[in-house]
Amino acid sequence: MALAKRIIPCLDVDQGRVVKGVNFVGIRDAGDPVEVAKRYDEQGADEITFLDITATVEARGTTVKMVEAIAEHVFIPLTVGGGIREIEDIRRMLNAGADKVSINSAAVTNPDFVREASEKFGAQCIVVAIDAKRVAGSGELGDVDNKWEIFTHGGRKATGIDAVEWAIKMADYGAGEILLTSMDRDGVKTGFDLGVTRAVSDAVNIPVIASGGVGNLEHLAEGVTLGHADAVLAASIFHFGEYTVQEAKQHMSDAGIEMRLD
Amino acid sequence: MSKVISKTCAVIDYGMGNLHSAHGALQKVAPNCNILVTSDPAVILAADHVVLPGVGAIRDCMGEIRAREIDQVVAEVAKTKPLLGICVGLQAMMTRSEENGGIDCMNMFQGQVQYFGDKLLGDEQLDGTCGRLKVPHMGWNQVEQVAHPLWQDIKDHSRFYFVHSYFVSADDQSQVKGRGHYGKPFAAAMGQDNIFAVQFHPEKSHKNGLQLLQNFLSWDGQA
Repeated sequence: MALAKRIIPCLDVDQGRVVKGVNFVGIRDAGDPVEVAKRYDEQGADEITFLDITATVEARGTTVKMVEAIAEHVFIPLTVGGGIREIEDIRRMLNAGADKVSINSAAVTNPDFVREASEKFGAQCIVVAIDAKRVAGSGELGDVDNKWEIFTHGGRKATGIDAVEWAIKMADYGAGEILLTSMDRDGVKTGFDLGVTRAVSDAVNIPVIASGGVGNLEHLAEGVTLGHADAVLAASIFHFGEYTVQEAKQHMSDAGIEMRLD
Repeated sequence: MSKVISKTCAVIDYGMGNLHSAHGALQKVAPNCNILVTSDPAVILAADHVVLPGVGAIRDCMGEIRAREIDQVVAEVAKTKPLLGICVGLQAMMTRSEENGGIDCMNMFQGQVQYFGDKLLGDEQLDGTCGRLKVPHMGWNQVEQVAHPLWQDIKDHSRFYFVHSYFVSADDQSQVKGRGHYGKPFAAAMGQDNIFAVQFHPEKSHKNGLQLLQNFLSWDGQA
């Protein structure tokens, strides 16, 4: 009867189109977010996350339309992150059919925004995204000297805030879930930063999604078994057809992790 | 396969968030059914099937339900029509919730809505861990079915998508139509006569969820 751990494919979108290349067999135009979402849905994804990298506020209307189109075809939870700065941004995305929004920089600039959003829409739809970089210790799992700081603006801006303390604070402010990305590992494909994943996951009572660094299926399993994550997020290993979500779930299940396989 | 009999289905809109998903999922399983998202009592009372969704905090939900006199409409619907409660829609049908310091609900089912707790521990047999369980209970969990037409063509112990921090504890176990477990047993589905209500989100539960919605729109309300 156990709750399953989740696999969440993540897609970058710009003005309502999937970017960063997605290459599925049998899909001619992989930039169509509806096609991509449907494919992941068919493969058994437990949720899908979209990261909106649209540069201008005006162009974000296309992202809203995209979410509407996906929500008509895909019946699993959808999260939208990127550019969520005001209550109105959240309302627009939820009304379009998103189930959760992910708040990153705006939470750092104004933590009360998280509290306000959670009170208004419920903790269940407020994800706080944390970009963490190691600033002390070896990074080895269990090194008591390990320390991670949070960065904003795509990892460019240091804040001096401790990642674990920040996660505790955000949970306290009403976040329903934490999306934790290791800036050291993002794009490197050497596996999650298990140290920060475990430190944050053990410190808070809300679910934590591990992100950044997945290069193979064993990395996904380790995120749960060693990192204590409640869900794992990955992008490129799924985009290029290296692995299907189904294969990933089977691998995790074989590793003894409770998964949704039906 | 269940055959949709509903010509019109009203999804009650009482200002508590996103009904796009519920509408979309119902339309998907019943392309020829007129799915109406509405707060108009006349439209709700004229529909063949009625859905009471709900998200967010119970105080706000019950506040809106009472302010818009949705409670009276729901009571009327409950006399005759197939009625489906979803998530906080189920919780609103219970006697009372301890959320927000204690809120009286519609008392269509007798029982309490309780907090999972900050120090929730798993049961090795039932939760696959004896370690700490996070709250909210978020993700895909299994439901042990109790025979009911709404489970038709859905395998027992199938998984559905849950996201909630409060759970239903029913007074009358015979009304529990689906059992869940997360640190403690809870009612994942309640049913009595023409009323059925679920804690999970069928509109977000992929094939199993869509099947349940199709079964609902195919249901004549006879348990």
